[in-house]
Amino acid sequence: MANINLVNLTKSYDNTEVLHHIEGSIADGEFIVIVGPSGCGKSTLLRMIAGLETVTSGEVFIGDKMVNDVEPAHRDIAMVFQNYALYPHMSVEQNMAYGLKIRGLPKDEIAKRVREAAEILEITEYLSRKPRQLSGGQRQRVAMGRAIVRDPQVFLFDEPLSNLDAKLRVQMRLEIRKLQKRLGVTSIYVTHDQVEAMTLGDRLMVLNAGYVEQFGTPVELYQCPETVFVAGFIGSPSMNFLSVTVADGVLTLENGATVAFSNGHSGTALLGVRPESLIANPDGAVRLKVEMVEQLGANTLVHGHLEGTGTEMVASLPGIETVESGTVLRFDAPQEALHLFDAATQKRLET
Amino acid sequence: MVERRPFIVFLTHFILVVGVVAIALPIWITFVAASHSEIRMTQVPLPLWPGDQLWVNFKNTLFGNGLEGTETAPVWLMLTNSLVMAMMISIGKIAISLLSAFAIVYFKFPFRMGIFWLIFITLMLPVEVRILPTFEVVAQLGMLNSYWGLTIPLIASATATFMFRQVFLTIPDEMLESARIDGAGPMRFFWDILLPLSRTNIAALFVILFIYGWNQYLWPLLITTDQDMTTIVISIKQMLEVAEASPQWNIVMMVALLAMLPPILVVIGMQKLFVQGLTETDK
Ligand SMILES: Nc1ncnc2c1ncn2[C@@H]1O[C@H](COP(=O)(O)OP(=O)(O)OP(=O)(O)O)[C@@H](O)[C@H]1O
Ligand SMILES: [Mg+2]
Repeated sequence: MANINLVNLTKSYDNTEVLHHIEGSIADGEFIVIVGPSGCGKSTLLRMIAGLETVTSGEVFIGDKMVNDVEPAHRDIAMVFQNYALYPHMSVEQNMAYGLKIRGLPKDEIAKRVREAAEILEITEYLSRKPRQLSGGQRQRVAMGRAIVRDPQVFLFDEPLSNLDAKLRVQMRLEIRKLQKRLGVTSIYVTHDQVEAMTLGDRLMVLNAGYVEQFGTPVELYQCPETVFVAGFIGSPSMNFLSVTVADGVLTLENGATVAFSNGHSGTALLGVRPESLIANPDGAVRLKVEMVEQLGANTLVHGHLEGTGTEMVASLPGIETVESGTVLRFDAPQEALHLFDAATQKRLET
Repeated sequence: MVERRPFIVFLTHFILVVGVVAIALPIWITFVAASHSEIRMTQVPLPLWPGDQLWVNFKNTLFGNGLEGTETAPVWLMLTNSLVMAMMISIGKIAISLLSAFAIVYFKFPFRMGIFWLIFITLMLPVEVRILPTFEVVAQLGMLNSYWGLTIPLIASATATFMFRQVFLTIPDEMLESARIDGAGPMRFFWDILLPLSRTNIAALFVILFIYGWNQYLWPLLITTDQDMTTIVISIKQMLEVAEASPQWNIVMMVALLAMLPPILVVIGMQKLFVQGLTETDK
């Protein structure tokens, strides 16, 4: 088991910097999810920790050891790839045993570890099959098994579930979570799916264009997003953003409506409010002109514009509601559900 | 073909049958000639059905000295020479091109692409083109009349290097990365992962190269003057040229039959892998 430290980590390809000064420390046994949009550098960061990419500057520590120049095989890690990267010509058993064989473990020890891992993952009956004779979900398990048998200090996952169908993804997600808790191995998991990230991670590192936007627990990210990007990325449907001017404890919306708000700031700002925080109220200050309604069963999503402006808004009403398009609904939101961001720096304006 | 009109069916079958006959008839005649006595083969009309001398001819040819009155080496020795040559060429070519493709695809070294193109350019220089200088080199190295002289100049192969490069490029990078995490060094990765994954391609190439090696004519003709190093393909030609006597057709044909046999065996033995190697793309 080990903690991981990333110190001022930077990666460049041919003079283009794709990761900028990444800092983060990960405690022993923690499950960290790196999440962000496509191309933000998640895989690159993970592969630097694995040792598959060189470090341009900065340091990676696994345990107390600086591993910048250590071969992947000697970092005591295991990695699960998006396409699983199973060896097609080896049986499941051989796939799982290969790394142990190279390390020179005795035969009976290898057999024991493979058997145990196979039992945990319920793939014992497939041990003699070739990977191509397995379904996607089963291959996924084998890839996990290959990681488990090594008994590593760190698990690294690069979008391991993205080739599975939605239902299996949810099921495997839970299994990975349970397995990680049971084995207590420090894990880093890369995904672009924010729901996956929220449900799996002890803490989430949100990456955007090579910068860490925020590194915190799912609840922190949801309740207290540090930047506009995090606020919009976490939560579904995403947060509404309205331009406002703040003065003397009053927020003025674009269409002139005012909301009381006690915050030390003044000037223009960006107001963030989640669709589910908007509470219908006949006297509410926020007027939403409805354009389209989505019935999801448990709740109803109302899409439209802030009345009198072009700013798009979404509100989420509990239960099933029928709303005609063109009607104007009025909402309120509790003070603690309002997030204020600096319009220029996109950073949170703390109270 | 989807169309099922009787005329089309007839036409396709007709073409196929003509093709088969065109290929099979000479072989049949060879076989028939090899099964008659020498006397019968000089009488007209020539037989079209097998005689009873097959076994006798076979014994005389394989273990005798080939033609009467000539100084040729025993046929079994020439078959062995051909076999050794074909095997050395095909195994040598495969080994060298596997390794060079491995280096080109998986290692970063200065002038990598330059070297690749250099290898590729040699495609334009088959033995026939560079035969004089090559002969000179081989002669100076003292490799005339040896298996080395017979095979080494034919071993370098741009085609096979290129083919293996393409095969390796289809293998996902994650396979290499996964092996690296598993602790496999470069040669281990080569043996444990690359070779098994290229198995069918190697087999297909082996078939092609074996036949290429077996059928070599010009180069062995130049490089071997010693009767004990003659290959079977050359000896057939020599037997036909025996000036004094009329050719002993039964023996010559038996030699031809024997010369055809090994390539056929290789093709039959490797058929399944051969087809997979040429058709499968899934890695
Ligand atoms: N070998 C490379 N050479 C040059 N640029 C690269 C290389 N690999 C990645 N990049 C660049 O680095 C950035 C980050 O890539 P990375 O693969 O880490 O993205 P990602 O966050 O994993 O995206 P995805 O979710 O699509 O997998 C991208 O802009 C990509 O173009
Ligand atoms: Mg990626």
